[in-house]
Amino acid sequence: MDFIAILSIFVLACFVGYYVVWSVTPALHTPLMAVTNAISSVIIVGALIAAAASSGATGSGVAKWLGLAAVVLASINIFGGFAVTQRMLAMYRKKEKRS
Amino acid sequence: MIAPVSPALPPAPLAPAVEAVAANPFVSLAYLVAGVCFILALRGLSSPTTSQRGNRFGMIGMAIAVVTTLVTHVPLRADALPPGNPHDLMIDWTAALEILAAIGLGAAIGIVTARRIAMTAMPQLVAAFHSLVGLAAVAVACAAFLNPVAFDIADMVVPMIGQPFASIHVVSRVEMVLGVAIGAITFSGSVIAFLKLNGNMGGKPILLPGRHALNAGLLGAIVILVAMFTRDQSPWIFWTITILSFVIGFLLIIPIGGADMPVVVSMLNSYSGWAAAAMGFTLHNSAMIITGALVGSSGAILSYIMCRAMNRSFISVIAGGFGASDAGSSGGGAAVDRPWKRGSAEDAAFLMSQAEQVVIVPGYGMAVAQAQHVLREMGDLLKKEGVRVKYAIHPVAGRMPGHMNVLLAEANVPYDEVFELEDINAEFAQTDVAFVIGANDVTNPAAKTDKSSPIYGMPVLDVEKAKTVLFIKRSMGGVGYAGVDNELFYRDNTMMLLADAKKMVEEIVKALG
Repeated sequence: MDFIAILSIFVLACFVGYYVVWSVTPALHTPLMAVTNAISSVIIVGALIAAAASSGATGSGVAKWLGLAAVVLASINIFGGFAVTQRMLAMYRKKEKRS
Repeated sequence: MIAPVSPALPPAPLAPAVEAVAANPFVSLAYLVAGVCFILALRGLSSPTTSQRGNRFGMIGMAIAVVTTLVTHVPLRADALPPGNPHDLMIDWTAALEILAAIGLGAAIGIVTARRIAMTAMPQLVAAFHSLVGLAAVAVACAAFLNPVAFDIADMVVPMIGQPFASIHVVSRVEMVLGVAIGAITFSGSVIAFLKLNGNMGGKPILLPGRHALNAGLLGAIVILVAMFTRDQSPWIFWTITILSFVIGFLLIIPIGGADMPVVVSMLNSYSGWAAAAMGFTLHNSAMIITGALVGSSGAILSYIMCRAMNRSFISVIAGGFGASDAGSSGGGAAVDRPWKRGSAEDAAFLMSQAEQVVIVPGYGMAVAQAQHVLREMGDLLKKEGVRVKYAIHPVAGRMPGHMNVLLAEANVPYDEVFELEDINAEFAQTDVAFVIGANDVTNPAAKTDKSSPIYGMPVLDVEKAKTVLFIKRSMGGVGYAGVDNELFYRDNTMMLLADAKKMVEEIVKALG
């Protein structure tokens, strides 16, 4: 992909983000932060590439360990972020019908 | 001195996997689907009924992104790379297991933390998670700098003299250093935010002399270094940018006080998104770019909402120093002598049980006292007496956006009894009792009338319009975060309940029962 194609995705995604986030109900702003935190850990993709790169090139040894460290950090965020969001969302209940 | 690589030289041995990726359109498609799943995850949060489905979309998106990367980037044994024959490549099982172990380790830590964390500690947890995103971004950017060939962002260059080396594309250099800089700022800023929220560091702003000049200088230095890095990919430039960014993140957050943390946490949320986006540009990965843009705008919008709710500009929050000791000393002393009414738990119980409608206004104090459960108990008892009970939430109540809503949800308060400022403010005039627990500045009528007040113009809850205001406060001496005395205390219709929030509500519950 060339730079302009990527930039287009980015700019359009910013607009999508703008409208989607404004429609989030304020009551769910804390879960919103938790889930955005989890999804921003998609940076794990870069970490996996670095960790899987074949050794041989100069600096690739250190790069691999940095990649593995980033995999651990991003995994904490992914699993922790989604789990804590799930836990919070499960607490939001509607009023029970009068019995 | 340097000549581009000739076609005869095989650059392939170093990066066969990357070339395979570029050739396969399904890989890009998979990342795109992951990005769309993330959009749906946020979309689901528009209502509590769809939110759990949204969260599942998020998990699916993440699974797609991770599995796609794992499958397309299988670690290969370096010694078994026959040039031009990628089908005979041998999988490096040690490296593969290391990666899976790293994921498993992170998963275990993450899940245990998420299960154990108290809901009142959510702001700290989110700050800690932001710091991890920042640090991961820094690590990935450093890895990309050290081994650019693996990321397909460099050309092999064979100089006339010396070893061949990988020359990183100029665009990629900018993207990479932006990623490392934003990541480093997110990391060190979030660490400070965490320490402040967790109470390891005082909530009062720490003001260094000449901090604005210092920050501007550092920022200028980073910009110059980024410009230099496009010309010269020397390691010292890269590492200097990284270190300066860590320092600037630290300096940016220390002058910001505790109650401005909703803005800071949102802002760092935004930064973590931009860091992911910058790395997405580096890796030409649509899932990362879409996510980065979503998270970046999400944090930016939340910061804007928080600033608007305090009637302060983003710049003034970031400049810090609000609520520092100089503001606190003035005005407070004289006001304490004014007459005010003190009530007991029994008075409060009687007033509320006779009321038609009670509106509860929770604030950070409720979180500190962990009073949400007993508060809900009180609400239930009042409902049994036929009282209509509602909750009114100011956008900046608590230490992060939506903090109060989560705590009330934890205490099983139905979310349709909880209202935002603009939805309930008109109702205070028809309310018999407004019950303020742990909130202060957000109820101060001076914000509407007193032009000299530091909180003038801030939207506040019109609690003073209720027939009676019950205000729980530890003592009359202290002032709110803004360092201003609250007009509300001295009104004829206000009754002060001086005690710890949780103890007072427990006593009210006893009196009601």
